[in-house]
Amino acid sequence: MRPLISLESLAKRYPKAGGGETTIFENLWLSVNKGEFVCIIGHSGCGKTTVLNSLAGLERPSEGVIIVDGKEITAPGLDRAMIFQGHALLPWKTVMGNVAFAVSSRWPKASREEVERKSQAVIDLVGLTGSERKRPAELSGGMKQRVGIARALSIEPKIMLMDEPFSALDALTRGSLQDEVRRICRETGQTVVMITHDVDEAMYLADKVVLMTNGPAAMVAEIVENPLPPDRDRTGMHKQPDYYALRNHLIDFLVTGSRTFRDHIPPKYDPMKPPLVRPGATSPGTMQREDALQAH
Amino acid sequence: MTTSLNARSAAISALIAIAVLLVWHLATQSTASGPALDPEYAKLVGATATTGKSAMPGPLDVGAKLIEHLSHPFYDKGPNDKGIGIQIGWSILRVAMGYGLAVLAAIPLGFLIGMSPVMSRALNPFIQLLKPVSPLAWMPLALYTIKDSSKSAIFVIFICSIWPMLINTAFGVASVRKEWLNVARTLEVGALRRAFSVILPTAAPTIVTGMRISIGIAWLVIVAAEMLVGGTGIGYFVWNEWNNLSITNVIIAILVIGVVGMALDQALARVAQAVTFPE
Ligand SMILES: Nc1ncnc2c1ncn2[C@@H]1O[C@H](COP(=O)(O)OP(=O)(O)OP(=O)(O)O)[C@@H](O)[C@H]1O
Ligand SMILES: [Mg+2]
Repeated sequence: MRPLISLESLAKRYPKAGGGETTIFENLWLSVNKGEFVCIIGHSGCGKTTVLNSLAGLERPSEGVIIVDGKEITAPGLDRAMIFQGHALLPWKTVMGNVAFAVSSRWPKASREEVERKSQAVIDLVGLTGSERKRPAELSGGMKQRVGIARALSIEPKIMLMDEPFSALDALTRGSLQDEVRRICRETGQTVVMITHDVDEAMYLADKVVLMTNGPAAMVAEIVENPLPPDRDRTGMHKQPDYYALRNHLIDFLVTGSRTFRDHIPPKYDPMKPPLVRPGATSPGTMQREDALQAH
Repeated sequence: MTTSLNARSAAISALIAIAVLLVWHLATQSTASGPALDPEYAKLVGATATTGKSAMPGPLDVGAKLIEHLSHPFYDKGPNDKGIGIQIGWSILRVAMGYGLAVLAAIPLGFLIGMSPVMSRALNPFIQLLKPVSPLAWMPLALYTIKDSSKSAIFVIFICSIWPMLINTAFGVASVRKEWLNVARTLEVGALRRAFSVILPTAAPTIVTGMRISIGIAWLVIVAAEMLVGGTGIGYFVWNEWNNLSITNVIIAILVIGVVGMALDQALARVAQAVTFPE
């Protein structure tokens, strides 16, 4: 099956202050299948946001192409919805106004009732029924982020892109929003690429976790397949047999691997096909399954 | 707390007003009953002074005259004797036209400057050069080229009220948060819709602040402009009453100018409040 998203030989360089160039990353390859929930983790500054913004079309990569559903991406589009880290709601519009703005952009010919009805449906979906007439300033951080999610969902995108969507929230709110996002994405089969710093969040939400090494010249070290069962729940997840194997694997990478990977590149490492790894009982230790990507 | 604050401030305002009126009243009284005037000087200052009455009217004179004006604001007895309502109406009309034209020019131009760094740099020297020019310096040029005194006054209003609006619009448009523009980009919002539904609401508070500064300037300038061009308007009224040596009417004109200026400012303050959004 052809992947829905395919990043091919992506590079991003910025001119250095004293002349020359800094390479944030280069020769970066990544593919995401339809319906997959992919999390990208890596240290601050490695280029995660740059990858996501390129995918959104908000930034142009210096080299390489991004293909979504068979077409090259050169500009932002309604097939990809972005959930911004700082929610980016329009403060002069109400909750309904913010969502309706997106809906009427997606369906410019829709009648007002139609727009309102579609907006109401997603507002209900994210649990904001009753707050339609409120302005963002009257909402809590969690509610604002819910509006952001509703706005993204409302345009029925092929792909949802999230840049640390919950990092500014308290643990309790974050937890309930994670539940919400996971429920919605599972129900609708939504394809998601999400950036996070939170290992537990990645373990709960992701089907695959992309590990990025430290910048500059960051690489995709490996892609970790989530061994936890699909019907996992956030609070009971730690009782799953593979929980610690996965968690230790991710934390080991963040603590040491992200830094040392560059100096100990495995002999068979191929940037076009980063190794697919599935930690846990089903395959003790690290198992290389390079052909798994193809087989998918 | 707020009510008592309001009540206290209102009480102090009233006290100040009463004190001013009282001092004014006593001061004009004492002149009237003061020592006999030097006859040479009396001849110079004219009949009002020699008949024992002060040339400087007291608050009661002004009050009486004000009531007279307000009961017949719109009479018209020839070019030099029109009701104060008609005169102020002319001034408001000229300000509305000059200011309206300035709004129509400043906002689109401000959008252009705010959205395009190139245009911003290209036009900046002209703005910086023309902005500090006194409105009255434009007057001869306007009279010479336009050859119509009323239109010249409108032009002067236009040229002096355009700058704050232009600069504020450009600034407001340029400082729209990138996040919001990115939202519009990801939703494939067209240029026109983006201008009206993202940029304009964001820049509106800044634009209205510029409009408020401009209306203040326009109202300051109209009086001076009408003194120069003559004919009609509150500025001409002041000039005419000064020539008639009617200080009472001059004081009334000052009051009326103040009240209208305040009303214009408050109207725009309301607009500012309506377009301001909490973040
Ligand atoms: N306009 C720019 N000019 C120069 N360098 C830039 C620019 N924008 C980003 N960078 C650099 O690119 C690198 C990657 O930035 P990016 O925002 O993608 O990091 P990130 O992985 O998202 O970090 P974080 O986790 O902190 O959000 C950083 O080192 C940053 O300094
Ligand atoms: Mg980032």
